[in-house]
Amino acid sequence: MKFSESWLREWVNPALSSDELAHQITMAGLEVDGVDPVAGEFTGVIVGEVVECGPHPDADKLQVTKISLGDYSSSTVEKGELVDIVCGAKNCRLGLKVAVATVGAVLPGDFKIKKAKLRGVSSFGMLCSESEIGLADDSDGIMELANDAPLGTCVREYLDLNDVTIDVDLTANRGDCLGLKGLAREVGVLNSLEVTEPIITATAPTIDDAITINIDANEACPRYLGRVIKGINPNATTPLWMVEKLRRCGTRSIDPVVDVTNYILLELGHPMHAFDLAKLEGGINVRFANKDEKLTLLDENEVTLKEGTLVIADTGVEGNGKALAMAGIFGGLESGVTNNSTDIFLESAFFTPLAILGKARQYGLHTDASHRYERGIDPTLQHDAIERATELLLAIVGGQAGPVVEAKSDADIPQTKDVSLRRKMLDRRIGHHIEDAQVSEILTRLGFDVSEQDSGSDKVWQVVVPAYRFDIKIEVDLIEEVARIFGYNNIPNVAPKATLKMVKQQEANISVDKLKQTLVNRDYQEAITYSFVDPKIQSLLHPGEAVMTLPHPISSEMSVMRLSFFTGLLQSVVYNQNRQQSRVRLFECGLRFVPDESAENGVRQQNMIAGVIGGNRTDEHWSIEKAAADFYDIKGDVEALLSLTTDATSYDFSQAEIASLHPGQTAQITRSGILVGYVGALHPELERKIGLNGRTLIFELLLSEILVQKIPEACDISRFPANRRDLAVVVKEDVDAKKVLQLIEKVGGNHLIDLNLFDVYQGQGIEDGYKSLAIALVLQDTNKTLEDKEITDVINRVVETLKTELNASLRD
Amino acid sequence: MSLDTTVIDSIVAQAEVAIADATDPNALDQVRVNFLGKKGLFTEQMKGLGKLPKEEKPKMGQVINIAKQAVQKLLTARGELLRAEEIAQKLAAESIDVTLPGRGTSLGGLHPVSRTIARIESFFGDLGFEVKAGPEVEDDYHNFDALNIPEHHPARQDHDTFYFNPKLVLRTQTSGVQIRTMEVEKPPLRIISPGKVYRNDYDQTHTPMFHQVEGLMVDKDVSFTHLKGILHDFLHHFFEEEVEIRFRPSYFPFTEPSAEVDIMGKNGKWLEVLGCGMVHPNVLKSVGIDPEIYTGFAFGMGVERLTMLRYGVNDLRAFFENDLRFLKQFK
Repeated sequence: MKFSESWLREWVNPALSSDELAHQITMAGLEVDGVDPVAGEFTGVIVGEVVECGPHPDADKLQVTKISLGDYSSSTVEKGELVDIVCGAKNCRLGLKVAVATVGAVLPGDFKIKKAKLRGVSSFGMLCSESEIGLADDSDGIMELANDAPLGTCVREYLDLNDVTIDVDLTANRGDCLGLKGLAREVGVLNSLEVTEPIITATAPTIDDAITINIDANEACPRYLGRVIKGINPNATTPLWMVEKLRRCGTRSIDPVVDVTNYILLELGHPMHAFDLAKLEGGINVRFANKDEKLTLLDENEVTLKEGTLVIADTGVEGNGKALAMAGIFGGLESGVTNNSTDIFLESAFFTPLAILGKARQYGLHTDASHRYERGIDPTLQHDAIERATELLLAIVGGQAGPVVEAKSDADIPQTKDVSLRRKMLDRRIGHHIEDAQVSEILTRLGFDVSEQDSGSDKVWQVVVPAYRFDIKIEVDLIEEVARIFGYNNIPNVAPKATLKMVKQQEANISVDKLKQTLVNRDYQEAITYSFVDPKIQSLLHPGEAVMTLPHPISSEMSVMRLSFFTGLLQSVVYNQNRQQSRVRLFECGLRFVPDESAENGVRQQNMIAGVIGGNRTDEHWSIEKAAADFYDIKGDVEALLSLTTDATSYDFSQAEIASLHPGQTAQITRSGILVGYVGALHPELERKIGLNGRTLIFELLLSEILVQKIPEACDISRFPANRRDLAVVVKEDVDAKKVLQLIEKVGGNHLIDLNLFDVYQGQGIEDGYKSLAIALVLQDTNKTLEDKEITDVINRVVETLKTELNASLRD
Repeated sequence: MSLDTTVIDSIVAQAEVAIADATDPNALDQVRVNFLGKKGLFTEQMKGLGKLPKEEKPKMGQVINIAKQAVQKLLTARGELLRAEEIAQKLAAESIDVTLPGRGTSLGGLHPVSRTIARIESFFGDLGFEVKAGPEVEDDYHNFDALNIPEHHPARQDHDTFYFNPKLVLRTQTSGVQIRTMEVEKPPLRIISPGKVYRNDYDQTHTPMFHQVEGLMVDKDVSFTHLKGILHDFLHHFFEEEVEIRFRPSYFPFTEPSAEVDIMGKNGKWLEVLGCGMVHPNVLKSVGIDPEIYTGFAFGMGVERLTMLRYGVNDLRAFFENDLRFLKQFK
C-alpha cells in the first residue's frame, strides 16, 4: 500500500525523519519498498491569479494574460507587479488561480524559466500544468488551484509538496494496516504516541428516503449499512486537497463520489460502494448468486456468477431482483454512479474474509476492496465509514442525506478474542527472557486488554484482542507480537545445542557430487537448464511420448515438462555455437518428469545425469591432432561414470534404435535387464532441425541405477609372473567386439586375469567384410609359475571356441 | 745394480699420450687393448721377464704391475670423463621448450549454483544436518495445506504458482520437504534440502525457476535465539566476512515468529537473502508432532541471490543461459 507521509503525520507525528520512519516500520514487519517524493524538484513557482486574459493577436491557440502574484516579490518580480504571460492552455481563464513559474524559476529536469517572446508578444514566465511540476505523468491544461489559494505563496508550501509517498509491502496477515488509520495505530504503538483520529460527526438526516435492506447470507455479511443521498451536484469536482491525497496514495481521481469512497478506503481501510439510486428497484438484498446469474461489471465485462459468490442485489418490483454488484469485490456497470447521477445509495458493509477469499480470483479479479475484505476489515467500523463518507460528500457534491439503515446479525459479527500467553511458552519459543513488565507494556500498547495471572514461570497473560486483528488467534500469534515489538535485533544470537548423533552413511552409496566431479575432471561444464522446455523441440526428440503440460506457462517455449535433458542441453549447445563457442561439453543433473499413472501424483520424477558434447575432441593443442569428438569419446565418459560402481562390467551396451539418435551410433545401456540409459550421436536430420553445427553426441543415465558401488573385496596379488599372449582374431565386421571378448572370458578359465582389445584393423591383408581384433590375454596363477603347456592349452581352447562359435580365424 | 725401467717408463708415457688423445669410448677401449690387452705392450713385458736374471724377476714384475695399475687408473678416469661428455651431449640434444603447454590440461567446472549449494551443505552438514530431497511436481497438500496455507489463503496468491491442476503444482518452495521428512521421521531432526522451485514470474530480477535451500531443526527447546545464532554464523562463514545482518519481522503461514534476513550490500543497501522463523504449531500438528513438547526453526534461502552476492554476478538470467564464457569462470 502507498501512503502519503504527511497524511500519516496528521494522525501521529513521531520525531523521526522520513527515512527513520521508513526504517522503523520496516523493522516492525511493514516492509517499505520505496520512498518517493510526491513532486519533482522545482523552485520559483508561485500562486497567482489570472486578472486579464485575451486572445493573442497572431496565434489562435495562445492567450495573453496578466497575472497577479499578490504581494510576492523577487529579483525578477516587483511587489504588486502584474506579470505578462502568454499561455497556450485551453482552460486558462479570467479569475483562475494558477501555479506561476516566474522568470528564474527552475522546473523538474533543470528546466529554467526565462523571458521569452511568443509570436511577437513578451512572456515573463509560465503557467504550469501538473505534469510540469512533477505531480502527474501527463496532464490536460494548466493546474487549477482552489479559489481560496493565497496569492503570492510558494506552490510547494501551499500544496505541502515536501511530502513523500511511502510504499509499504504489507504481508497477508496485516490487513489491519491497509489504511491510514491502521498504519497510524501501528506507528503510535512503535513510538508510544497517542493517535489523533479525525473527528467524525454523524450527519442528521434531512430527508426520510431510505432503502430497506435484507441479508440472506448472515454469515457472509453480518452487517450492512446503507444511506440515500439525494440531489447531489453532478458537476461538482473533487477538491485539490483530496485529489492530492489520493494521488499520493497511488489512486487517480475519477469523480467526487468515487473519490470519496476511495478516500474512505485509504483513510479508514474500509471499502465502500455507491449505487445510482435511480437504478435500484425495491430494496437491497445481500445473497448468494443464483445459478447462471449474469452481471456486467464496472469494467464492462459480463460474467456468469458462480453460486458461491456473494452479491448485492435489489429485490425488484415483483420479486424479480437482479444482482447489482459482486459483494466486496467489484461494482456493477448498470447500477454504478455516473456523471449524471443525482441520487445515490451509499453502502458500508462488513463481509467476512471467508465469504470473499478466493472469490475475486475465480473471475481473474483483484480489487482494492477484495484485497481488504479477504484479509479482514474492522467489523466495528461501518458506521464511522458511512458517516465520514456522508460528511465529505455533502461538503463536495451537496445534497440531502437520508437516515442510515442498518441490517445486521450480531451473532455473526466477529468479536474480540481471548488469547492467553504463557510465560513458559514465550521463553521457550524466543529463548530470551523478556521482563514481565515489558511484556505487559507491549501487549497493552498494541491496544489489547491485558490481565495477568500467577507469577514466575507459571505466569499467564490473559489478552483480549480487538476484532480488527484477524491475525491474532492463538498464543504463538501473541509471542510473535511481543518479539516483533521488542525488536528481533534485540534478541541475542545463540548457537543451538544438539545431541551428537552420528548420521547414517552407507559406504556403497556413490554421492552425486562424485559423479559430477568425475565429469568435471573430464572437461565437462555443468549446466542448469529449465525444467520446462519447448514442446516443438521436445517432440522432435521424443516423438509421440506423453508429457506434462503447464496450462499457464511463461511462454509457449517453456510450456512442457522435460522428458529428458536432451532438449535443454541441445539448446544450450546451439546457444553457445551461436556465440563462437564451437567446442561444447556440458552435463546436467536433475529430475525428468514422465507421466505415469502408477507413480505418486501421476508423474515419475526421476533423477538423471546427462551430457552433451560437440566440436573437437580436445581444445586445439600444438601437439595433438585436431579431430571431431565421436561416439567413443562420449562412451568413454559414460564408462568412467559406470566404473565408479567398481562393477562396470555389469552394464551392457548394445546397439539401439531411438528415433532421435543416429541409427548406427547409438547404444542403450542395461543392467540386469533394467534400462539405465542411452549414449549416442544425434540423428543428423535432427541436428539440422535444431540448428546444431556438426556432430553432437549425448548421453543420459538414470541416477538410481549407477549410485551404488560394490564394496571392494581385496584379493591376494600373485607372486608369480604373468604371461601375456596376443591374438589377432579375424571375424566378420558385423560381429560385436563385445561378443568376442565375452566368449574369451567364458572359456579362458581361472588363469585368465586380464583381457584387452588393443587394436581393430581392416584393410590390406584382411578380406573385405572382415575385421581383425588384436587382443591381449594375460594369464597367471596364484600358486605357481604357469608352464608353457598350460598357457598353450588355454590359448588353443580360446581359438577353438572362437572358431566354432563365431567362425573366427587367426590372422596370418 | 739397479733395474733398468726405461722401457716401462716409456710405455707408460706412451699410454698417457694415447689415453689423452682418445676422444671417444671406442678409441679409449682400443688404447686399453693396445696396452693392457692379451697382446698389449704390458703383457709383452711380462712375457719378457723370463729373460731376466732370477733375482730381478720379482722386482721387475712389481714395477710392471705398478705401471699397469697407473695406466688402468688413467683409463678409468678418462673413460668417466668421456661418458660424462657423451651424456651431456645427448641431454643437450634432447632439450625442449618447457614453456609449451602440456597435454590434457582442461578441466570443466561446477555450475555456480551447485557450488553455492555444496558450500551450504558443507556448513550445515558439519553440524549434523542431513541432506534431503523432495519432488518438484508437488501436490497442493505438501506445498500449501500442510504448511498452514489453506486454499484461498491470501499468501497463496503471493506465490505465482504454476498449476497443472488445482491439486498439482510445481513446488513454489522447498518447505514441502519439511513435511515429507516429518511425516516419516520424528525429532530430534536436523535437515537441509536444496532444490529447484518455480514461480510464474520472469523479469530482470525473477526467473521462473530458481533454487532454494531449506533448513529445519526440531527438538525440545529450539528457540528463536538459536535460529538467529545459526543464521548469523552461516552468513558470516558463507561470505567469509562479518557482513552486517538484520532480522526483520515478516509473515509466512508456516512459521511464527517469522523473519526475513537482510544483509548490508556493498552499495550500502539492505538485501534480502532468506526467510525464516519458528515452525508454526499447526505445521507440527499436521505431521503428528506435539508442539507443546517440541519446537523448531526453519529457513529457506535463495541460492541465486547468495551466489550473485558472493561472486559478483549481476544478471540473474546468466545462471540459466549456460553460456560457456560465463560458466568457465567457475572451476
